Amino acid sequence: MSKQVTLTINGKQVIAPEGLSVADAAKMAGIDIPVFCHHPKLEPVGMCRMCLVEIGRPVRDRATGQFVMENGQPKVQFMPKLETACTNKVEDGMVVLTESARATDGQRGTVEFLLTSHPLDCPVCDKGGECPLQNLTMAHGPGKSRFNYDEKQHLAKMVPLGELIYLDRERCIQCARCIRFQDEVAGEAVLGFDERGRHTQIISVSEPGFDSVFSGNTTDICPVGALTTVDFRFGARPWELKAESSICTQCPVGCNTTLNTRREAKADGEVVVKRVMPRQNEEVNEIWLCDKGRFAYHYTEGKERLTRPMVRKEEKLVRASWDNAIKAAAEKLTANKKDFVALASGRLSTEDLFNLKSLADTVGGEAILYSDMGGGELTQVVGVGAGTNLGKMGKGDAILVVASDLYEEAPIWWLRIKQAADRGAALIVANPRQTKLDRFAKYKIHYAYGDEIKTIHDFQKKSRIADEFAKAKNAVIFYGSEGLGVNGTSALASACADLLKETGHIGGANNGLIGVWQRANDQGAFEVGFRPVADLEKALKGKAVYIVGADPAGDDPNYARALKSAKFVAVQDIRETATTEIADVVFPAQAFTERDGTFVSGERRVQRFYAAVPPKGDSKPDYAITCMLAKQMGVILQGTSAAVVFEILAHSVEAFNELTHETLAQVREQWPIVGRSDLYYGGATYENTRGMGVQLVPLAQAGGSVKIQKVRKEAALRPKEKELLAVPSNKLYDRGVTVQTAEFLDGRIGGLYVSLNPATAKKFGVEAGQVVKISFDGAGGEAVVKIDETIATGVALIPRGMGIAIHEPAIAKLGGKVKS
Amino acid sequence: MGVFDPIIELSRGLGETLRSFLTEKTVTYQYPEEKRPVRPRFRGRHVLKRYDNGLEKCIGCSLCAAACPADAIFVEASENTNEKRFSPGERYASTYEINMLRCIYCGFCEDACPTEAIVLGDNYELSFTSREQAIYGKDMLLEPVASESMLTPRKVDAGVFTRSVPEMKDSTD
Repeated sequence: MSKQVTLTINGKQVIAPEGLSVADAAKMAGIDIPVFCHHPKLEPVGMCRMCLVEIGRPVRDRATGQFVMENGQPKVQFMPKLETACTNKVEDGMVVLTESARATDGQRGTVEFLLTSHPLDCPVCDKGGECPLQNLTMAHGPGKSRFNYDEKQHLAKMVPLGELIYLDRERCIQCARCIRFQDEVAGEAVLGFDERGRHTQIISVSEPGFDSVFSGNTTDICPVGALTTVDFRFGARPWELKAESSICTQCPVGCNTTLNTRREAKADGEVVVKRVMPRQNEEVNEIWLCDKGRFAYHYTEGKERLTRPMVRKEEKLVRASWDNAIKAAAEKLTANKKDFVALASGRLSTEDLFNLKSLADTVGGEAILYSDMGGGELTQVVGVGAGTNLGKMGKGDAILVVASDLYEEAPIWWLRIKQAADRGAALIVANPRQTKLDRFAKYKIHYAYGDEIKTIHDFQKKSRIADEFAKAKNAVIFYGSEGLGVNGTSALASACADLLKETGHIGGANNGLIGVWQRANDQGAFEVGFRPVADLEKALKGKAVYIVGADPAGDDPNYARALKSAKFVAVQDIRETATTEIADVVFPAQAFTERDGTFVSGERRVQRFYAAVPPKGDSKPDYAITCMLAKQMGVILQGTSAAVVFEILAHSVEAFNELTHETLAQVREQWPIVGRSDLYYGGATYENTRGMGVQLVPLAQAGGSVKIQKVRKEAALRPKEKELLAVPSNKLYDRGVTVQTAEFLDGRIGGLYVSLNPATAKKFGVEAGQVVKISFDGAGGEAVVKIDETIATGVALIPRGMGIAIHEPAIAKLGGKVKS
Repeated sequence: MGVFDPIIELSRGLGETLRSFLTEKTVTYQYPEEKRPVRPRFRGRHVLKRYDNGLEKCIGCSLCAAACPADAIFVEASENTNEKRFSPGERYASTYEINMLRCIYCGFCEDACPTEAIVLGDNYELSFTSREQAIYGKDMLLEPVASESMLTPRKVDAGVFTRSVPEMKDSTD
């Protein structure tokens, strides 16, 4: 622990760690010093001058270095002028006056200056009601301005910085919180100041504008209403919104969120989610949220939502009662017990997956996880230990990221790893192509597609990188599915686990393996026993399939074909998809916003989410539907509430070690203080009051013996002269059901493309922007050529979830006739 | 007391009645044919006002709803464009509803309104036969316009109506 210093603020003795700013120390002691530009997550700059206070320091004797005493007390000398509390660090014996006449006069003057050109449009401002400037003007500002209204600046009211964030130039007070956030926290300096003096303004310096996946955070920390999101603009007044805690469902990070809801006439009088805000959890997402998590929640609403059960009658799906639909499905599934397959994705909660797995086990069927990525059974053994917090990793620690473009797959992990690297952790990025994380890496390894395992094995040989990794105090490996399918990732996971075991980086906090899964609760699916299969097409053919929360037919025409030849297909989802069209029976499920449950994040943190809006139509939670269906099939499961299902789950799955929903809802004190009435301090992020989650203890930490099975990887594919190696990569904004419903994200989603090295493009005679046909393994499609020199030659990089179904690397052919 | 005294008193009283009948104006109003003018500060049914150019004064800020002690007002805002402009500035009320059964005519909404858009008018003749009818929408509350060209939404030139709240003037004292 760092050294503590003692100082006096407003006559109150305060003990604070050395290096803390006076403003933060005061905040910790419960004394509010008004701030605008200061943010506890950013470096202090002292730009706004709002935190002016009187600071006195004890006088030291020049000769001896001792305090000069006066009447038995150290003599304190005050500076002739006011100082900023944010840029001054605490010192022993310091005396700070934040409410003296001089200090309040200084603060009042600063507010008066700030308001000289601030428009009085609080009534139409989205920040009105949760605005630091409003609050601090009420608390510290003068009642009247001495400045001429005629000299007020009138600037543009609606300047799109990018397609997601709009700037109101008039409202901006030039505190640079947004610029500094992008620069220091996100590491993407896409915003900047333009001009000088009274003409200073924020501009975007990137092409396309505000090119960052963290842009939404700037609207949270903006102390005025200068930055607004296109999604929430004029959506509601903050005081009209209700708040309910939730967990982001977009990626395995498991960011804590707060759903703001309101009843709306536009939505026919229904209660709808108006915005998604970050909820503080310093161990997961701190106070940040990526744009995908913030904006791509619209899939839970809309006309495509399933509201009634449906049964196929004479080639058409017709509405049915729950009883009839359940009976119809149960009859067919019972008749085909031998061929029963439950296919589920990590979009479901752990309770849903547990019930589903129980059903599959009891009837003797198979439970398949809908994913291209394996290795979850290893993260259960050598996963990161309980107590892991990426925010605590730094000097002496090592982080290895392999086969994953975290910026595209799990942006908040990217952000936190970047910060760990800033703090001195040795970041090793091993990926076949350049990624955005390379910039912060101490070591970059660019291997050829297919050489993933070899790259990890090389860590066991002697080299500088291997040495640093082995000697690191703590080490974490993130492995992903770039260029790999189920078999490839399973082999990679085993190689990584082996390396961690060899170097002794298992069984402790901040040590272990983390899978960068494709969906939020894939880890939870592994925990309850789901496993992905390499050949899903084969696994589905001729079976009686119960698909929950997945759209295989929409993702891959081969899967659609397999499902059409299946004996029976029951689909349970929240939206109409290509798969529900094939289904014999359709069950409407409730979205995560309408029910409660738990997700297990990639770091194996079990976290609760809560119901925020009433359920749509006749829909039911997934675990309850599975329970009803099971009952009809003669299997008794629990389905009354998520808490009850979780209780059974915690008793039967060892890692959950008798957890309950109550233990998951516990919270701890966190720093910085955000939410509450402290909007001015940390931004509009919500305080965590409903649970920070509990991390599962991996087998290695629990003291179990760790045996890692060697998984042999098939030999790398070698394309011939006229062929290409088609490899999958992951993209943040894809055409999946959970993203594309947010129309304003269209620009970010973009079209289907295939990336080629310029040399490869030249060899095949194609140019950037040209539409080409690419085919492999009976799949393929048409895509626009994108030239990217960071990709190896002879490789065609195809993004997952954009239209061409690619699950694992394949030998591909380019060319053929293109339909125009 | 004389015998005639009661008769005298009676005729004096009747005489007063006759005098007032002949000389004074009647105070009875033949409602509903005839209506008594309301006082200047009378608080009747709300009206959503317009500017002289026909644009709506209401900017959908919801402050009336926040001020309403009876929770009678519901506002939903949307964004103006120059092609479809309802009010000056960026924001307008896409939904504006007052539940007249809930309203207690206190006038707090008037006080809260930053653009003087909502005004409690003269009309006190409200009647409805169902709860749904008691919810007055924007179509009923908006002030009528003199000519069709002043109706909202309408297409306007860019850069003219950029401010929601009327410009502040320097104080003269």
